[in-house]
Amino acid sequence: MKVTLFATCLVDMFQSNVGKATVELLERLGCEIDFPESQVCCGQPAYNSGYVKESKEAMKKMIQTFEHAEYIVCPSGSCAFMFHEYQHVFKGDPVWEPKAKNLANKTYELTQFIVDVLKVEDVGAQLEGKATYHTSCHMTRLLGVKKAPMTLLSNVKGLEFTELPGKEQCCGFGGTFSVKMSQISEQMVDEKVQHVEETDAEYLIGADAGCLMNIGGRINRQGKPIKVMHIAEVLNSRTFSFQ
Amino acid sequence: MPMKIGNENFSERVGKGINNSFMRGAVAGAQDSIGARRLHAVEELGNWEEWRSHGEEIRQHVLEHLDYYLEQLSDNIANRGGNVYFASTPEEANDYIRGVIKKKSAKKVVKSKSMVTEEINLNSSLEGIGCEVIETDLGEYILQIDDHDPPSHIVAPALHKNKEQVRDVFTEKLGYKKSSDPTELAWHAREMLRQDYLTADVGITGCNFAVAETGSFALVTNEGNADLVTSLPKTQITVMGMERIVPSFAELEVLVSMLTRSAVGQKLPSYVTVLTGPREAQDVDGPEEFHLVIVDNGRSKILGTEFQSVLQCIRCAACVNACPVYRHVGGHSYGSIYSGPIGAVLSPLLGGYDDYKELPYASTLCGACTEVCPVKIPLHELLHKHRQVIVEKEGRAPVSEKLLMKAFGLGAASPTLYKWGSKLAPSAMNPFTTDDKISKGPGPLKAWTDVRDFPAPNKERFRDWYKNREKGESKS
Repeated sequence: MKVTLFATCLVDMFQSNVGKATVELLERLGCEIDFPESQVCCGQPAYNSGYVKESKEAMKKMIQTFEHAEYIVCPSGSCAFMFHEYQHVFKGDPVWEPKAKNLANKTYELTQFIVDVLKVEDVGAQLEGKATYHTSCHMTRLLGVKKAPMTLLSNVKGLEFTELPGKEQCCGFGGTFSVKMSQISEQMVDEKVQHVEETDAEYLIGADAGCLMNIGGRINRQGKPIKVMHIAEVLNSRTFSFQ
Repeated sequence: MPMKIGNENFSERVGKGINNSFMRGAVAGAQDSIGARRLHAVEELGNWEEWRSHGEEIRQHVLEHLDYYLEQLSDNIANRGGNVYFASTPEEANDYIRGVIKKKSAKKVVKSKSMVTEEINLNSSLEGIGCEVIETDLGEYILQIDDHDPPSHIVAPALHKNKEQVRDVFTEKLGYKKSSDPTELAWHAREMLRQDYLTADVGITGCNFAVAETGSFALVTNEGNADLVTSLPKTQITVMGMERIVPSFAELEVLVSMLTRSAVGQKLPSYVTVLTGPREAQDVDGPEEFHLVIVDNGRSKILGTEFQSVLQCIRCAACVNACPVYRHVGGHSYGSIYSGPIGAVLSPLLGGYDDYKELPYASTLCGACTEVCPVKIPLHELLHKHRQVIVEKEGRAPVSEKLLMKAFGLGAASPTLYKWGSKLAPSAMNPFTTDDKISKGPGPLKAWTDVRDFPAPNKERFRDWYKNREKGESKS
């Protein structure tokens, strides 16, 4: 199956390990990967800040870049949701609305793709340790992907799982919110880190680079011994001691 | 008090909220317990999503036919001998109500809880003509005797106070001598208020829902105070926001059930008080004279706009109780009697962007509010629409942000610019980078790194790795 990877700008620039893990994982599951070089940012930072006009240019570029794809897979619930949102942004536009709908119909978040399209629930991953999982807001509430990551994580050998208290609460990232309202964001991420600590987890797992950069950045700043991992990295782990 | 509360700017208000550790503990505790009760109550009902769609449908239908239902409502009230007054502005509403008070030579008013009377600043308007106004909802009563402390929550106005603080207020203002036990406190308030009900000349209420078909209106309380406010004084005035109508009792039943489950996780409230016009010959109690004041105050300007759905609101505060921002900053940070997500959408519409331009940005757009709204108001989408209006129509965004977003537009739309930009990023960030992380970032990044580390851009971007791998130069 040919999969066109929408890596996201955060993964491209800051979390290339997540991109690598996604490619390796999907290849192991029998997919052929295609990464169109002309992909840019999905436009979400500008769009969510109210700069709809500016973000539309990025959206058009992305629609063109992925027009040829059969399946688009993205290791971020938030960015995958943004692809689903384009059709509303271009509502009433005779050229771009149908294209945007077509884009949405073939866009999947990584775990959603593995469980719903590839019909795989156990990817054969192994990772020893105690873990907890942060359910990102856009992925669960807006894209509606709740079960797939849990299904896949429950089949990772060696992983001892504890539910995160207040798991549905936002971590305080919110894109530009984290800098515009940093005072409030700090309180939100602090409560999240506190909840992670309460689980005694060695690993905090998530499926969105934005949330993980936020929570991870605070964990690092506070010098807590918790390793932050993207779910693609976990599912790509093959040894009992993660390096 | 008027809709706007306090004169501090947004950042000062938020700073105060964040530093109020007691308030934050109370809010977090209330959010967790009410949130769990709400979830239980809606699951118990079954088919909650269908109920939500039905609730949405009822509210949308009313808004689409608001002119028809307003006319039906006022005709039915007039037919029953009641008086109806349409007020475009808070001033018009207050003038009318003051007129009634003067005509009756009223010296004392008892009130049940009403946000719209807060919005129009009715209490101070009546106090201005020498009329004593007494709030009878316990939360509102506490705030009123505490030198008019503003409400911090639309359903639980005194959420920011604990029982010890309430005891202190009672001791100082009422000469209370007992403990901070809530039962003792409530009994004291009851004793004080009982005298007021019996001696009041006029009762003033808000309105949860008006029933157009019968000219009735319904009040939902757990304290029964609305029963007393509407049955003891000889004159009654009800004030309602113009959108708070249901067509008939069938829809009232649906919405009351959704309101109490969403607000506090109750199947039913202790009291649903329904009144239809003034006392009739065969009635044993009830007011001799009835006035309904229907307040517009900017609502009709929202009709027909992209913000119309905000008028579907039934004031349950489920969004407030689910909001992670409200959780940490509390109600007073919003600078409006309407706080939380609904307040952040509604306040700029009713009060303008001058006072409330920050509120739409005080959200991560996490969607928790939208998810719990019983009448499906897309709250986080409306917050986003406000941002778009602020940037594109009002032109109020800071210049530095505009430039940044312009650059974003150019960079993101051009794969070549984007590629070069991201390639140069590690060198650009090099002076700020230690051990693969940035602890003190420049420009807008500073706000991030004040709180947390920022990762240094990867020297080998994902796209470089992928390209090299394709070429077979590097496999990892």
